[in-house]
Amino acid sequence: MSPRAAARLESLGFTKIFDYVGGKADWFAAGLPREGRLASVPRTGDIARRDDVTCRLTDRISDVVNRVREAGKETCIVTTAGNVVLGRVRIDRLERDTQALAEDVMESGPTTTRADTTLESILERLSARDVDSILVATSDGRLVGTLYRSDVESSLNEGKIEAGQPAEDEVCCCCEP
Amino acid sequence: MPTSIAREEVQRLMREEAAQLVEVLPTQEYQDEHIEGSINLPLKRLDRETAGRLDDNQPVIVY
Repeated sequence: MSPRAAARLESLGFTKIFDYVGGKADWFAAGLPREGRLASVPRTGDIARRDDVTCRLTDRISDVVNRVREAGKETCIVTTAGNVVLGRVRIDRLERDTQALAEDVMESGPTTTRADTTLESILERLSARDVDSILVATSDGRLVGTLYRSDVESSLNEGKIEAGQPAEDEVCCCCEP
Repeated sequence: MPTSIAREEVQRLMREEAAQLVEVLPTQEYQDEHIEGSINLPLKRLDRETAGRLDDNQPVIVY
């Protein structure tokens, strides 16, 4: 639709016209600001934690392990200089080969989700696969952060409380049966 | 000819050249959710009068 709108504006005499081909799907998938009736409903990008430790393919594992421990984390996300996700290193699963490079020991292509995924659907995916977290990335593969299942559950529970419904783990003592 | 651009260029044009961001989808879709700072000019109603909301001296980005 936007190429036709751009052509129409050009016909009306506008000269500096640009077509954002990715549109709002691309914008929201990157976790960038949105407005509107549904904008206050939290998505994965809104509650992902943005404190991941990152490293490059050629970083020595001994250095990576130190940085991950200092940050109180268990994993390092291997990215390009442009922040595109390539892999993940879990330091608790490493052999003692500290001379290895991140590229030698990383899990390639970790699963990611977009920043505009709804919390209900991501919780379903995480539960089905029995995993506690998932990486959030933009449509062009750049790291946004890590989404934790516990954060998703808390956020959904808060939403229920705000909507006047009892949270799942909350016993309502005064409701009619 | 309109130029196709990616997200980074949209952000740069808005930040550095005060570009006007225009959602051309129907009003209902715009009201549900839109990019922060965008205005709505639905394609079906795009004519000389509605386009008058735009400053033709500044870049216009449609999506």
